[in-house]
Amino acid sequence: MSDPWNEGPKAAAARRGRSIAIALGLVAFVVLVFVVTIVKLGANVIAAHPA
Amino acid sequence: MTDHAVHDMPASVAPARWQDYVQLLKPRVMSLVIFTALTGLLCARTAMNPVLAGVAILCIAVGAGGSAALNMWYDSDIDARMRRTRGRPVPAGRVQGADALALGITLSLFSVGLMGLAVNWLSAGLLAFTILFYAVVYTMWLKRSTAQNIVIGGLAGALPPAVGWAAAAGAAPLNAWLLVAIIFMWTPPHFWALSLYTQSDYAKAGVPMMPVVRGAASTRRQILGYSLALIPLCLAPAFTGLGGAIYLSVAAGGGAIFLALAARLAASRAGDAVDERLSDQALYDVRAGGKAARNLFAFSILYLFVMFAALLVERMLGLEPLHLAAALKGLAA
Repeated sequence: MSDPWNEGPKAAAARRGRSIAIALGLVAFVVLVFVVTIVKLGANVIAAHPA
Repeated sequence: MTDHAVHDMPASVAPARWQDYVQLLKPRVMSLVIFTALTGLLCARTAMNPVLAGVAILCIAVGAGGSAALNMWYDSDIDARMRRTRGRPVPAGRVQGADALALGITLSLFSVGLMGLAVNWLSAGLLAFTILFYAVVYTMWLKRSTAQNIVIGGLAGALPPAVGWAAAAGAAPLNAWLLVAIIFMWTPPHFWALSLYTQSDYAKAGVPMMPVVRGAASTRRQILGYSLALIPLCLAPAFTGLGGAIYLSVAAGGGAIFLALAARLAASRAGDAVDERLSDQALYDVRAGGKAARNLFAFSILYLFVMFAALLVERMLGLEPLHLAAALKGLAA
């Protein structure tokens, strides 16, 4: 259903745009935390096992 | 935005698009913050993981966006009365104030938290201080209560280089604060030059900007005074091991032009005739006497940009900074 709140096509399109933006933001945040974790973990592993 | 808000919205008001929420973050201000923070981060001359450097800049940008959203929430009454700002999402009715507040708090907390966890807590603390200073000290207190609002409040806009430096080095030494001092001292001539030809808008909104409270003549004199204090500060990085030969030439040459424009403004009658025309375009139309104010305003942006760009270029080209203070000491000995 494209307009579940019966708010009209313009408002429904705006809501859909906002929802997609929030979804992309959350995905980006999860990826960012993952990458930061790997980077910091990698640095600690190298520090713990010097060549 | 809440469902309640959507259904309560007048039929004439367009529903909030995601772009309206981006506008709450003041993207143009954010880009300047990113630029100055990046300069601070690179001038620290510390090896930093590029991913973490990117995260630090992202956190600073998001923190700036969060504080901007808080500003737009609190100032919506003032914004609605000013031609320059009445089209913003909250006064225009496209975004509810509560939603701007929620966005501002969320982004501020996330940016500070991630900065602390991913980079270091000194930079996170400085970022938190910057956000609080802008949103609480400047927006909620100074802006409506004193003609010194942008002088003291300018500290918030000046701090990003120190945050960037602290992110890279885990410390904020004298040179980091020198960058802060340059932006801090640059802010009054920059904003007062603008307010000399937009003062009718500030007066209508009840914002005590300097030309409204003390008059145009006093403002022009103060602009010259701050400009005289600014230029030596801009030259100082060549003495403290921060800026090199390129920086020194840009700061000195640009500084001479800055001073000439400030002196011309002091001698002009800019701001004496308040423009009461009501159209949006009239806000930026400059009367003959106001040209000196607009010239200084425009050049001030270029001057700050070019000085920080010179520091970035020198860092990227691997050019060594000057240590004129040490050289002078050596000569004296």
